[in-house]
Amino acid sequence: MRGNMELTIIEKDNIQIVSIKGRMDTFSAPLFDNKISETIDAGKSRFIVNFSKLEYISSAGLRSILLMAKKLKSSNGKVHLTELTGSVKEVFEISGFGVIFQIFETEAQALAALKEII
Amino acid sequence: MAKITIPAKLEYLGEVIQFVTKQAASFDFEDQKIFAIELATEEAVMNIINNAYPDKSGDLEVECYEENESLVIEIRDNGIPFDLFSAEDPDITADIEERQVGGLGIFLIKKTMDHVKYRRESNSNILTLTVHK
Repeated sequence: MRGNMELTIIEKDNIQIVSIKGRMDTFSAPLFDNKISETIDAGKSRFIVNFSKLEYISSAGLRSILLMAKKLKSSNGKVHLTELTGSVKEVFEISGFGVIFQIFETEAQALAALKEII
Repeated sequence: MAKITIPAKLEYLGEVIQFVTKQAASFDFEDQKIFAIELATEEAVMNIINNAYPDKSGDLEVECYEENESLVIEIRDNGIPFDLFSAEDPDITADIEERQVGGLGIFLIKKTMDHVKYRRESNSNILTLTVHK
């Protein structure tokens, strides 16, 4: 099924851990935008996005991740990315997102690095 | 050889991707190639949906065939001329604030397909994407 995405956000030590499962494409990306905007607007500023269960991402999904980072940057927040694998990882690399984002092998590493900030 | 014609509207995107991945299935591609085929199709079709027909509605046609043991995906529209090679690549070294939000779709097509060709024929844009086995 196209556009099938599951999004869960768990708070840990005042850090929002966002896990995306399934597909992040033209159909599902707006869902991500809405949920993240809501959470940032509610005053949350530190995020980790875990991609371990993401099977597919297109430019629509990359756009959402970039918009999230821009929004957080302007409100002094921060997002770390983690557990990118396979073709999803490749698409991030091609797009130059490795330069823009801090990408960590494991969620624990992403969490530790984020805790050091502020 | 198989062909599908659909209105250039978002609600038909899923149908096109499904059509192309079904054609690709007989090629026994690795998962990585299937990902790339799906990605390039989504990006190319979305580009037509968003840009080809600014003042009217129109169709797009996708044809898949085998050539020299490769899958060829040919995407046609009768919209305004658009040569994706004239589009500037995004600056992938820019940081978060400067990084442009658009332009990635076309760039991903160029980077993930084995061969990309554009031609304008009578009133049509014809984009030919080739994926080697």
